[in-house]
Amino acid sequence: MTEAPRAVHEIQDDLPGPRAELAGGAAVRLESGERLGPVRVAYQTWGTLNDARNNTVLICHALTGDQYAFGTHPVTGKKGWWESMVGPGKPIDTDRFHVVCPNCLGGCMGTTGPAAVDPATGELYGTSFPIITIGDMVNVQAMLLDHLGIEKVMCVIGGSMGAMQVLDWAARYPDRVVSAVPIAGAARHSAQNIAFHEVGRQAIMADPNWCGGFYYREGKRPEKGLSVARMAAHITYLSEPALWRKFGRELQNRYMKSYEGFGADFQVESYLRHQGASFVERFDANAYLYITRAMDYFDLEADHGGDLAKAWQGTKARFLLTSFTSDWLFPTSESKEVVHSLIRAGVNVSFVEIESDKGHDAFLLDEPDLFETTSGFLDSVARDLGF
Amino acid sequence: MSLLAGARDRFILGENRFGLRPDLGLVASMIEPESRLLDVGCDDGALLDYLVRELGCDGRGMEISQAGVNACVARGLPVIQGDADRHLVDYPDDSFDYVILSHTLQAVHRPGEVLRQMMRIADVAIVSILNFGHWRARLSLVTRGRMPHTRFIPEPWFMTSTIRPCTVRDFLDLVRLEGLLTGDCYGIAKEREVTVIRSGFEGQANLFAEQAVFEVLPAKKRKPGRRS
Repeated sequence: MTEAPRAVHEIQDDLPGPRAELAGGAAVRLESGERLGPVRVAYQTWGTLNDARNNTVLICHALTGDQYAFGTHPVTGKKGWWESMVGPGKPIDTDRFHVVCPNCLGGCMGTTGPAAVDPATGELYGTSFPIITIGDMVNVQAMLLDHLGIEKVMCVIGGSMGAMQVLDWAARYPDRVVSAVPIAGAARHSAQNIAFHEVGRQAIMADPNWCGGFYYREGKRPEKGLSVARMAAHITYLSEPALWRKFGRELQNRYMKSYEGFGADFQVESYLRHQGASFVERFDANAYLYITRAMDYFDLEADHGGDLAKAWQGTKARFLLTSFTSDWLFPTSESKEVVHSLIRAGVNVSFVEIESDKGHDAFLLDEPDLFETTSGFLDSVARDLGF
Repeated sequence: MSLLAGARDRFILGENRFGLRPDLGLVASMIEPESRLLDVGCDDGALLDYLVRELGCDGRGMEISQAGVNACVARGLPVIQGDADRHLVDYPDDSFDYVILSHTLQAVHRPGEVLRQMMRIADVAIVSILNFGHWRARLSLVTRGRMPHTRFIPEPWFMTSTIRPCTVRDFLDLVRLEGLLTGDCYGIAKEREVTVIRSGFEGQANLFAEQAVFEVLPAKKRKPGRRS
C-alpha cells in the first residue's frame, strides 16, 4: 500500500521559490487590531526589473490560487494557473515586464497563515490564527514590495478575490499604482456569495477530523469537509450552459442508470468528486476558512462612508475592468457599480463585458477578447511610462 | 490651427494629417481645445484619439462593439462598453463640456431621451446624422418605391444600423420639441463638400446635404468658453 501524500501544511516549507520576512521580523498590525508576526511571504517573480524600476506587474491570486501563476506547479505538476495570461509574449509579457506574484496572507503555500508555526507556542496556529482581511493581504503585499525595493507598480492585476485586492490596492495606496486591472470582481461580497462561503465553511467544520481547527497536532485532515466545500464552490465558478455543454446528463462509464445507491452515476458527479479530491492535496482547510472570511468581510463602499467614489479620491491610476456575461458569482452589475463610482470620481476608466458562457472561471480560461483588451491596455501603460 | 481655416459658407474639407475621416475632422473643428468630452459611439477611437492627443482634451468614450472597445483600450483611451440608450444615465450632471454623437442618434431606440441625457451631462452636444431628405434618397423612394438605398445609405433597410432614419428638418423639429437650440450647423455632400446651414435655409440643406452636423445647445446657456 502506498503512503498517503503529505499534507499541504507539511510540505509548505519545502516548496520552491523565495520567501521574504517582512518588517524585519516585527509584528504586523492587522485591521482587526490584532498583531501578527513575524510575517513571511512566499512569492514568485518572472522577468527583469528595469533600471527605472517601473515595469513591475503585481498579480493578486484568487481564493484558491497561489504564487505559481506561471510554470509547473510544484504540488500538482500541472501548468501555472494563469499561463494563458502570463509568460513570454503573453498579455502579461515576462519579456517586458517584471512580474511578481505573492501567496496571499492566510494562504498555505509558504506565506504566513493558519498552517504556519505560531512563534508564541511553537505549534501551528490553527484557529488561534487571527481573522484577516483583504486589506491585510494588500498591506502585506505592499510590505513585500518595500522589501523588494519597488516603490510603484505599473499594474496591479487579478481576478475574483484578486480583483478585490486590486481595488483595495488602488484605494489604499493611490500613489503606488499606475494602473489597476480588476477582472470579474466586486467592491463588496454579495449576500449570495457569503451564503455559498458559509456552506463551505460548515462542511469543513462538520468534518470530525477538523478537530476545532487543530487537526495538525492530531495528525488528521478534514479532507471530506474541504472537498465538499470545493465541490459546492466549484459549481458557482461555472455556469449552467457550461455544465450542460461539458456533461449534459451523460453517465459515467456505464450505459444506464445503475440503481445501485449513490455512486457517481453521472459524469458531472464524477467531475465534482475529482475536483474535491484533487483540491485537498494542495489546499489547507483552515486557510480556506480564513480566506473565505476575508472575502466576506470585504466592503470597500462601507469602508468609505457608503460612497464608493470616495475610495478613489486621490488616485491617479488608470483602470480597466472586465466582466463576463455568464458570471453569476461576480456578475457584470458588480463591476458596473465600480465603474460608476470611478466615473463619479473622474477616474480614467475603461470597462469591457466579455461574451462567454464559461461563468466566473472564464478569467482563467482561453478568452481571446480578455487577452486582447488586457495586452492592449498594458501596452499603452508601458508606452506612457516610456518603455 | 483650426481644420477649417478660412471657412466661409461653402468650403471643402481638406485632408488632415491625422487621417481623420472628413466628417470627423469637421466635428473636431467644433470642439474647443482642452475641454472635457464624451464621445458616444466612438468606434475605434480615431476622433477621440485626435481630440485627446492633439487638442489636449480630457476625452472619454462609449462604444458598443467589442472590437471598437479593444481598439480604444489599445490606444490608451478610456472607453466604457455600453450603448447610448441605456448607459448615458450613468454619468453625473454636467460631467462634460461636450458630448459627441456621430452617426449614432439614428441607431438608438429613444433619440429624444438620448438628447435629453446628453444635455444633462454636457453643456453642448455635437450630433451628426445621415440626411434621408437628400434629393437622391427622395428620388430613390419615389421612383423605386423602396427605402432609400444610395451612395451614402449603402445598406438595405434590413441591414442598416440606422433604425431611426430622419431628415435635417426632422432633426431640427426634435431639437425644438425638446426645447433646445442649435448653434453652428453644417451640411456635408460627397463626403467633403460642406455648406453652413443658415437659419431659414434649412430646406436647401435638407435637399442637398448627405450628412449634417449640428451643435445643440441648451435653451438658455451660452457656449462654453475656452478653459484655461
